[in-house]
Amino acid sequence: MNEFTEIGLCDFVAREAALLDDGRWDDWLALFADDGHYWVPLLGRAQHDPHSHNSIAYEDRLMLQLRVDRLKDPRAHSQHPASRCQHVLQNSRVEQLDTQAGSATLRTPFLYIEARGEQQILLAGSYHHVLARTPDGPRIQLKRIDLLGAERALPAVQLFI
Amino acid sequence: MYRDHPERIRALVQEDRVHRDLYLSEELFGLEQEQFFANTWQFMGHASQVPGAGDYVAQEIAGRPLVMVRQADGSIRVLANRCAHKGTQLVSDPCGNTGKFFRCPYHAWTYRLDGSPLAVPIKAGYEGTRMAQCESGQGMAPVRHVAVHRDFVFVRLADEGPAFEDYFGEVLRAIDNMVDRSPQGRLAVAGGVLRNVIQCNWKMYLENINDTVHPLSTHESATRAAQALWAGHAPDEPKPMAMEQILPFGAGYEFFDQMGARVLPHGHSVLGTRFSIHSGYAQVPEYEAAMREAHGDERAAEILQRSPQNAVLFPSLSVKGSPQAIRVIRPLAADRTLVEAWAFRAEGAPELLAQRSMNYNRLVFSPMSVVAHDDVHLFESIQRGLRAPGNEWVSLHRGHRSGEFGGDQPQQAQDTNGTNELLMRNQFRAWAQFMTLHMEAAA
Repeated sequence: MNEFTEIGLCDFVAREAALLDDGRWDDWLALFADDGHYWVPLLGRAQHDPHSHNSIAYEDRLMLQLRVDRLKDPRAHSQHPASRCQHVLQNSRVEQLDTQAGSATLRTPFLYIEARGEQQILLAGSYHHVLARTPDGPRIQLKRIDLLGAERALPAVQLFI
Repeated sequence: MYRDHPERIRALVQEDRVHRDLYLSEELFGLEQEQFFANTWQFMGHASQVPGAGDYVAQEIAGRPLVMVRQADGSIRVLANRCAHKGTQLVSDPCGNTGKFFRCPYHAWTYRLDGSPLAVPIKAGYEGTRMAQCESGQGMAPVRHVAVHRDFVFVRLADEGPAFEDYFGEVLRAIDNMVDRSPQGRLAVAGGVLRNVIQCNWKMYLENINDTVHPLSTHESATRAAQALWAGHAPDEPKPMAMEQILPFGAGYEFFDQMGARVLPHGHSVLGTRFSIHSGYAQVPEYEAAMREAHGDERAAEILQRSPQNAVLFPSLSVKGSPQAIRVIRPLAADRTLVEAWAFRAEGAPELLAQRSMNYNRLVFSPMSVVAHDDVHLFESIQRGLRAPGNEWVSLHRGHRSGEFGGDQPQQAQDTNGTNELLMRNQFRAWAQFMTLHMEAAA
């Protein structure tokens, strides 16, 4: 299912979310291109870029690795009890696909539930994936997460939306 | 239990410890909203948010909906966001432009930008009534005590209380230092505000701003991950901005103790008077040249050398001169606090500085911050743990000396070591003072 086709790319997005739900952080991180970014804009869908306005998260591979390493540390205090997440995805829509250049963008509406102890948070929004073809399969150039109501006061969101 | 009993409230703050009711009691929170937050000066907003006439920002302070609005003459006023008629909020967007007047969407009552009444439809209906003489005829109630210090807007809601300069005094130099870091002497809010809601009492958050003993254990997982990722690089190798900002959290106890602190009357403080985790950021030659040009060599060096960890303008504002960021503490309930992180763009300074400010807030004060996660978890843990029986007191003993505030003499500024809980004791002393400022004991 690593094919750079409409079906293969939609499946890639679904598998990416499933890795997070399974807590397979290393496998998830391996889906990012070396220069890939994970971005949660503070203005949600209205935000143009990650620099002229602040973001809830804007991480390169190095900082994503830091997050993954921390989650494995027994002294990540906020992970006692541990958080678990469930991504509920609507069908992805392929917005752009260039099989020659090996690039594609997809939009995927989602619900995200993060549970920890007696608490649960629910976020909604849509993903914007920018994917690139590599010999190992599609890789994430950008995973942009446009939250509904991104500017409201949020509780701690500990895993990956 | 506490209303009309100021002596009971004062008894909650001992020299070296405080009673858990300060964090847990809903009744005390109600009294704080009514007394403490009204008697002290609260940060409202920044003038750069309302550049043009009619621009407004709506903000609740101490549970009261207010609106900060730019006047036609360029001044800034703060008004009750409440129609004098039925109480409708006159603006419901968090910010915007109201034009030349406020207009209530309910019955079309209008008000000038200074809050004075402008017009009411079919006015004849009020002829012969008491309307014009009572409060309903007076317009939007203005906050009478508004102070603008270098574009930072503060309000005091109580009619009586300390004057702005007397209240803040020396700690205003922390704002000055942040503003002076602009070669043009002007800041603008940059890149929005990160907003967090935490299930803890606001005092817990505020005292942690002055807690230098927690980073090593609280932030152990984040700093260990950062150190491991950056291992093998030479100490002087340029770091990515996020690494440059996160690695210093792993500094040892000695570093935090040596950074020094200054404790000021009315709960204010400056932590990191000698240096801080912000002192080691990469220099920006083009910026330093602009600063020397604007301020002269000596003054520019003086401004740039000073980068405290946090200056607390008690009780609502915490300032970092570098990386030009503030936190605003907006209490919501005894066990719920809104914490905002604002970044600034220093006019005349390179874009890198604004990026540094936004990056820091995102790294450390975002709802997705791996640094904040452990703080927030522990604050919420304390909020629950304090309910356990056996000890009703919270320790503030570190470095305590009897009579440390000068006994019966007026409190003077004093310098101390960075790990002394004197900074927290000072906050609670001011809390008791301003909580009971206008309270009279029941007969």
